[in-house]
Amino acid sequence: MFCVKVKIISNKKIGQKYFKIRLEAPKIAGEALPGQFVMARISDDYEPLLRRPFSIHRVIGKEIEIFYEIKGKGTEILSKKKAGEYLDVIGPLGNGFDLRRAKGEGRRAIIVAGGMGVAPLTFLAEKLRSIEPRISNFEIAVLLGARTKEQVSCEKEFKNLGCDVKIATDDGSHGFKGRITELLEEILATGYTLTGTGRLYPYGHKQATGKNKKQLAACSLQPAAVVYACGPKPMLKEITRLAECYHIPAWVSLEEYMACGFGACLGCVVQTKNGYKYVCKEGPVFNTEELLP
Amino acid sequence: MSIAVCLGGLKLKNPVLVASGTFGYTEEFKGFVDLNKIGAVISKTITLEPRQGNAPPRVVETPSGMLNSIGLENDGVKHFIVEKLPFLRKLKTQVIASIAGARAAEYAELAKRLDAAGVLAVELNLSCPNLKSHQSPVIPWRAQASHQKNNQLISQDKKATYGVVKAARKMTKGVIIAKLTPNVTDIAEIAKAAEDAGADSVSLVNTFLAMSIDVNSRRPKLGNITGGLSGPAIKPIALRMVWEAAQKVKIPVIGIGGIMTAEDALEFIIAGATAVEVGTANFINPRVSIEIIEGIKGYIRKHKISNIKNLIGSIEIQ
Ligand SMILES: Cc1cc2nc3c(=O)[nH]c(=O)nc-3n(C[C@H](O)[C@H](O)[C@H](O)COP(=O)(O)OP(=O)(O)OC[C@H]3O[C@@H](n4cnc5c(N)ncnc54)[C@H](O)[C@@H]3O)c2cc1C
Ligand SMILES: Cc1cc2nc3c(=O)[nH]c(=O)nc-3n(C[C@H](O)[C@H](O)[C@H](O)COP(=O)(O)O)c2cc1C
Repeated sequence: MFCVKVKIISNKKIGQKYFKIRLEAPKIAGEALPGQFVMARISDDYEPLLRRPFSIHRVIGKEIEIFYEIKGKGTEILSKKKAGEYLDVIGPLGNGFDLRRAKGEGRRAIIVAGGMGVAPLTFLAEKLRSIEPRISNFEIAVLLGARTKEQVSCEKEFKNLGCDVKIATDDGSHGFKGRITELLEEILATGYTLTGTGRLYPYGHKQATGKNKKQLAACSLQPAAVVYACGPKPMLKEITRLAECYHIPAWVSLEEYMACGFGACLGCVVQTKNGYKYVCKEGPVFNTEELLP
Repeated sequence: MSIAVCLGGLKLKNPVLVASGTFGYTEEFKGFVDLNKIGAVISKTITLEPRQGNAPPRVVETPSGMLNSIGLENDGVKHFIVEKLPFLRKLKTQVIASIAGARAAEYAELAKRLDAAGVLAVELNLSCPNLKSHQSPVIPWRAQASHQKNNQLISQDKKATYGVVKAARKMTKGVIIAKLTPNVTDIAEIAKAAEDAGADSVSLVNTFLAMSIDVNSRRPKLGNITGGLSGPAIKPIALRMVWEAAQKVKIPVIGIGGIMTAEDALEFIIAGATAVEVGTANFINPRVSIEIIEGIKGYIRKHKISNIKNLIGSIEIQ
């Protein structure tokens, strides 16, 4: 964990409200794990007063990249910053995704991103690729959900990593029309271990609608897939439900208002089965088994 | 040139402390600052039994400030002594434990146990506005005053303040700092009550009771509905209160409220504060306490002040 002033390498607009900012932050880049975040001080003045949390979107050598959306005054000010200026950041913070269960022969990861939730997941996919580069059938399925086609992000990046990318939009302007969790349920329901080939069933497969209890029970003996997700609360709630229903290990990255980001203010609690936990320190990634339904 | 000050029998190498609840249990900041350089560290408020705190959201930003409704979350005094104190003991700076209870006897018990554990000073948090009445009535004997819904704070009442400080005084030889709420009409008379009961110092202010509403959902932004306002937004009010209290009492006053820079700290000192506590600023700049100490040193040097004591209460009023 470092508190450093880092140089802005670039701050580019992507689409209407999205930006990618690159920072020269060798110390943070050297330690960062997928799922961790930084707290950025947007202004030297008192508006906004508190730092803002942002996931580490990618690590490129000595640089880190943040992918953000203009939400309010903080991100608005951030979007105006120019290359060459400096940004005060604290990081890397939080626990990061648990990658242990994704490793090993025949394993596969299903990454589910809702809207801006994609931010920490590109770094995750890159990491998963780099730890299992030699296992040919290690498959990463990426399910990207967004409201409209314009809001679908990082499709190319995931494809370049050899991920099997599926898209769902609310208005059907790109990919499947509906919620991304419906796509996830299809995959889970069609049997992720039943293929044996490491291939996922084609979406829209007839079995997709049948939730055969016996099939599910068989799968649950040896879950070969792991789900990683980040996105809006209702999506993560649904994933928590699906993970339990299909006996699949799942980790989700949560958001909560926070003042410090490193466990001092005790502001960012989330209710779990074991009482309150701090999103900044004990999260932001939680196993869904810990979360309340 | 000296910037050392005393709070009763507690000697501080400089007048900059970190405020309760804004510095965790200190260890959280060890990667950011040389903890030994801080005048004194104050722990998060500790209670006899563990408390799980309030429902989220617990923090929300407001113009030049923030609201919090943490609800005194902590693991209880036993946990503090066993798990947190060993680290704090190794520091080469003064350690102050902040304590709170539901009644005078609880403060007394906490003061006794911390004294026995070798803690030299306690700050009595007489001002937590966040507790839900059913969780822990702060002054149970006042519950009959029905319109007050049992959530009045100890330091909103002279007698209650006197009673709690007195009870703690009987149980500890250590230094007692009484921390006051600003949600009162006349803070000087509460400070006086604390002095009369034997407090070595008073610290003020805690947060201002406040709220914030999301106009789209029409819901309060805090899970607890109301919370405490802190940060630069409160500084001018806090400063006025410290100035008033400092004129009324002889014991050292510690100024708290929205201190972000050395200049802010100096304002409080000139108004009459012997020392200051830095709160919310720690979240924004974890190194801020050290920067404020350096800034005070620079000021003292520039203005050729031989001892900071000459600056305390040196406000010029025609
Ligand atoms: C661990 C974590 C990682 C995050 N990663 C990213 C990321 O990679 N990219 C990205 O665009 N956003 C991310 N966010 C959300 C981001 O922090 C907020 O969008 C940002 O703080 C908004 O600041 P603002 O000043 O522009 O908006 P404000 O004017 O402060 O608020 C606008 C809205 O943003 C939301 N918001 C504000 N502060 C927070 C907060 N601390 N946590 C959650 N929501 C908040 C609220 O819904 C609010 O109504 C992350 C949040 C957390 C907790
Ligand atoms: C998140 C947060 C938690 C706090 N917790 C405590 C606490 O446990 N005990 C206490 O006496 N004061 C607590 N306070 C109040 C501060 O110690 C301080 O009195 C107040 O914030 C005003 O100073 P500031 O404006 O510099 O923050 C807390 C304040 C904040 C912002």
